[in-house]
Amino acid sequence: MLKDITLGQYFPGNTVAHKLDPRTKILLVVLYIVALFCAKSLLTYGLMALCLAVCVRISRVGVKQLVRGLKPVLVIIIFTGILNLFFTPGDRYIFEWGFLHVSDTGLRSAVFMVLRIMLLIMGTFLMTYTTSPISLTDGLERLLNGLKKLHVPVHELAMMMSIALRFIPTLIEETDKIMSAQKARGADFESGNLIQKAKALIPILVPLFISAFRRADELATAMECRCYHGGEGRTKLHVLKYQRRDYIALTAGVLVVTAVLVLRHFGL
Amino acid sequence: MPTMIETSSLRFAYPADEGGQPVFALRGVDLKIEKGSFVVVLGHNGSGKSTLAKTFNAVLLPAGGKVYVEGMDTLDESLLLAIRQRVGMVFQNPDNQIVANVVEEDVAFAPENLGVPSEEIRQRVDNALKAVDMYEFVTHAPHLLSGGQKQRIAIAGVIAMEPDCIVLDEATAMLDPIGRQEVLSTIHRLNREKGITVILITHHMNEAEDADRVIVMDDGKVAMDGTPKEVFTQVDHLRAMGLTAPDTVDLLDRLRKDGLDVPLDALTVEECADAITRAVAGN
Repeated sequence: MLKDITLGQYFPGNTVAHKLDPRTKILLVVLYIVALFCAKSLLTYGLMALCLAVCVRISRVGVKQLVRGLKPVLVIIIFTGILNLFFTPGDRYIFEWGFLHVSDTGLRSAVFMVLRIMLLIMGTFLMTYTTSPISLTDGLERLLNGLKKLHVPVHELAMMMSIALRFIPTLIEETDKIMSAQKARGADFESGNLIQKAKALIPILVPLFISAFRRADELATAMECRCYHGGEGRTKLHVLKYQRRDYIALTAGVLVVTAVLVLRHFGL
Repeated sequence: MPTMIETSSLRFAYPADEGGQPVFALRGVDLKIEKGSFVVVLGHNGSGKSTLAKTFNAVLLPAGGKVYVEGMDTLDESLLLAIRQRVGMVFQNPDNQIVANVVEEDVAFAPENLGVPSEEIRQRVDNALKAVDMYEFVTHAPHLLSGGQKQRIAIAGVIAMEPDCIVLDEATAMLDPIGRQEVLSTIHRLNREKGITVILITHHMNEAEDADRVIVMDDGKVAMDGTPKEVFTQVDHLRAMGLTAPDTVDLLDRLRKDGLDVPLDALTVEECADAITRAVAGN
């Protein structure tokens, strides 16, 4: 059952969207988010949706997978929608019943808010779907490199992220083993109410944590033995390099943001 | 032959529990390990063999005495990277020493740390993977490999540093017989072809058969030191330290005690069979 868990879902592929430099993709997502929050009208939202559709088409990621990404945040989306719908004051009320009343601005903002969240999530998911966690970490490290001057431990954070990713399958395997061992001695993880189930997890978590600490200790020694001494003077096997396609993609991104800002300026 | 690693009256103690006395794991070890040799260190649990190994590349620092790696004192902090680059170390659990989730990235880890230029890292990674016969797995995820394969990746990760010496700290203990054979034949080949000094810490007697030298540790001291034949023929001495001689020597020893005139120094199965045939034919 634990084998189904995949983190940072990545669908390998060979499209332009996959080949783009991770830094470009991160920057594009940032631009995309900025544009989304600047969008005010149906026209600009349409433009953003169109951009996303084009990117999805290029990346050949299935729409089904993208929509599935919305599932965990469904509650938040519905909640935001309802709050905006009923509690935004406006000039004209379309619908009134008891203390519930829907104004025209409320309806507008509810629709836009829901659209915004959905577009936001699908956009960021598109990035993680087309970028392997490793190159994503790599891209983040390079992008945030400038923060080192402000004493932000960029390299350490990136190293922590990549080690965490490396150990996810190992720890899942270990959890499976511990669960089997507990089951063999009569532990019951399936029956009972939520609290009982949560309690049954304790005998799994304790050995898992202990072994994780032991692993961390051994890994640290092994890393030191291989001359690890922080990020200083470190080189890379794969050096990230912007290609022509990255410049084209970034230009397109900047153009879209500018378009949204211009439209906003004219009240559209 | 030049010396790879030298220890002089090396002592080491693990910090004591509150109120207790510190436990000495090493109590005066004097060794000289020659360059290019294949040395096996044997000993039962708690004999200090792993502790000894960890002092060879300054993971543990001596509490008394000295360790010199190619003449460099491990207590000198400014030489730390140089020492660790020369003496690579492979540990017991393959899962806990693989850093990246792509094979090539993991092998590249050490040269990346040493600041080797990217093109050269590529070369070193490819050469190291070829040397351990794992080149076809270059873009694989390590957690999907077998134990023996993982351990060979770990060895490749060490070779990519271009060390003069590899220390394997019970690196075969968690492997199945096939995995163990893979690892052993790999390090024997590296020793022969690249002249890399190998120090193999183990408690499997038969892994010591082909070694140039066998060192037996007991109670934090060197108890025996010599060629495999010299060491393994002292069957009673080995037993007294809680170790068993290899099966072949054990068999010969029992035959001798039953009155058959066989030599004790036939280590491999073939030699052992020959010796018995000759003795039986002679009677």
